[in-house]
Amino acid sequence: MRCVLLITHDLPLSSDHQELDDGPESDELIQLITQDGERTQGSVLQRWIQDVTDEQLGSLYEDMVVIRRIDTEATYLQRQGELALWPPLLGQEAAQIGSARSLRKDDFVFSSYRESGVAYCRGVDFEDLTRVWRGNSHSSWDPFVLNMATPQVIIGAQTLHATGYAMGIKNDGADSVAVTYFGDGATSQGDVNEAMVFASSFQLPVIFFCQNNHWAISEPVSLQASVPLSRRAPGFGIPSLRVDGNDVLAVMAATRSALDRARSGGGPTFIEAVTYRMGPHTTADDPHRYRNVDELAGWAAKDPIARLEKYLKSSGRFIDGFQRLVADKSDAVAHAMREACKNMLDPEPITVFDNVFSEPHAALTRQKEAYAHYLSTFAAAE
Amino acid sequence: MQSMTFGRAINAGLHKAMENDPKVILMGEDVGKLGGVFRITDGLQDHFGANRVVDTPLAEAGIMGSAVGLAYRGYRPVVEIQFDGFIYPAFDQIVCQVAKLHYRTQGRVHMPITIRVPFGGGIGSPEHHSESPEAYFTHTSGLRVVSPSTPQDAYVLIQQAIASNDPVLYFEPKRRYHVKREVDEAMELGALPMGSGRVVVPGSDVTLVTYGPLVPTAMDAAEAGAEDGISIEVIDLRSLAPIDYSLIEASVRKTGRLVVSHEASQTGGLGAEIATTITERCFEYLEAAPVRVTGFDIPYPPSKLESHHLPDLDRILDGVDLALGRRATLLGQKG
Repeated sequence: MRCVLLITHDLPLSSDHQELDDGPESDELIQLITQDGERTQGSVLQRWIQDVTDEQLGSLYEDMVVIRRIDTEATYLQRQGELALWPPLLGQEAAQIGSARSLRKDDFVFSSYRESGVAYCRGVDFEDLTRVWRGNSHSSWDPFVLNMATPQVIIGAQTLHATGYAMGIKNDGADSVAVTYFGDGATSQGDVNEAMVFASSFQLPVIFFCQNNHWAISEPVSLQASVPLSRRAPGFGIPSLRVDGNDVLAVMAATRSALDRARSGGGPTFIEAVTYRMGPHTTADDPHRYRNVDELAGWAAKDPIARLEKYLKSSGRFIDGFQRLVADKSDAVAHAMREACKNMLDPEPITVFDNVFSEPHAALTRQKEAYAHYLSTFAAAE
Repeated sequence: MQSMTFGRAINAGLHKAMENDPKVILMGEDVGKLGGVFRITDGLQDHFGANRVVDTPLAEAGIMGSAVGLAYRGYRPVVEIQFDGFIYPAFDQIVCQVAKLHYRTQGRVHMPITIRVPFGGGIGSPEHHSESPEAYFTHTSGLRVVSPSTPQDAYVLIQQAIASNDPVLYFEPKRRYHVKREVDEAMELGALPMGSGRVVVPGSDVTLVTYGPLVPTAMDAAEAGAEDGISIEVIDLRSLAPIDYSLIEASVRKTGRLVVSHEASQTGGLGAEIATTITERCFEYLEAAPVRVTGFDIPYPPSKLESHHLPDLDRILDGVDLALGRRATLLGQKG
């Protein structure tokens, strides 16, 4: 059966479902580097990464290793009581690095809470990677410095923010793109479906980047969808791509293709990056309760970092010295993040009242003044 | 000065705000070609184009969430929710995103979104078309909530709401859309700031606080009271969040009695909030317990029964009587 449409940027946009003779089978994943680290040929996406050199692949490898190290260190910090919670991305490095490294500075990201790898690529300070999870604030960075909105906790809500932002881009006549990240569970949410309606109706420059990591806390993707998630978008008139999310090159190619479509007025694209969350949903849950070890082992064999490592070794360009440099950088980054986290000062109590409103608010001002006075009585007693 | 209906005054205010700031965008279901189901946005798409007056898909969360994204991009969206009872699908985006993004981002992201909600009953509509959901939003930090009661106020408040860097819910008393009054289009927005209430009828025996659709009814009550020798001071809140308590306090210190009236159900409503706050702040001035005259704690009833649910002149006067201790009443449930 050939029912999933693969539309790349140079195909006419149409709500009609076309079938491409050279397109993938319905459930086939687009893959450019195999599990064994071999480059494939013949994919329609191949041309989007023709310019990527092995040195650049080495750079992507470095990013993935560093973000995995950050992720591991943050998990340790949680176990040691320095963080209240952490949402690991273990296993999803290729999906995040491959997509985020394809973006321009002036593209704008609306993500969920698991996209630490994307935030890293946008240039977030190490301290800010842990600030929220330590409980010091509800968000870390300035969205307009990173061009990345504060991560969203409500599932799928950010997809609409991307849609609205893309409306603004289109109104402004700009060629930047709004990119929204969400998971497989989010595709069941009304907001995500409404976002696809808006994106399609107004032909907005937005990319729906779905990391299908197979589990929404304890609920398998089969509970969210009985067919591949990529099949959903064409029903909204949005072309979709289903890529191997553990293949950094395939993710990059798909993202570049979608970005090009969006920049040239072709409208939205839905990318399903099929990957796997190797760890828990957050440090608060126990995946052993809801999934079996065989499944985990199967996905471990598809590890995105190991795969690229195999390729780089086989290409002859991967040398031990480089691997050592990457490991050293990872250690240095993890150390910097740990130090920043542990040295973070608790916020001042009275700041709980700050920034509720942009402008003075009589009721809140009264409460703030009363509480400041209350606090001062403790200070006076000391 | 020109005479215009309440609805036309909102339209004129929207027009002026859009003219003054190209970043103001209107969006909602049917707001473009049709001009809205109440024609409040009539003619604006013709004048400003389909990019600034956007007919959206039928999806309230979609409209509200897109407005959030537009605000991120530097726009000032004005969203129309077609009817009060249709706001609930957008509730999550309003209370979790619109209300909290400024706080969540330590003030880096502003949400200058105006949410227009035709609200309240009295027009014989079917279910979901006559509700008063304002208390859900006054309960949520980060939102401002206003409700005009006259064409002049409608004209000014809509511009103030759009100019505000905070999100504002603008509750339009739909049964007053066709009321016609003089509107001074040259009125300075700073003359009566958005958070202020105003005394619409001065009086000395009892303070009657209300807003939006019931302000004219309260003024009728003041007139009827005067014929009966009772001097009722009527306060139009204008702003439901924040509430101009200094205005109410000053009045209650003078009258010693408080009646609050609204169409919304009683439990957890604004009447409870105002009665409690005034009791806290002016207990020693009160001659009697504050009285609430409100809709009942029922789902909005079928239109043939809505006149029983909505506070009217007699029920408000009944409440005034109770506050004055004049005689047995419905509200007092005395024989």
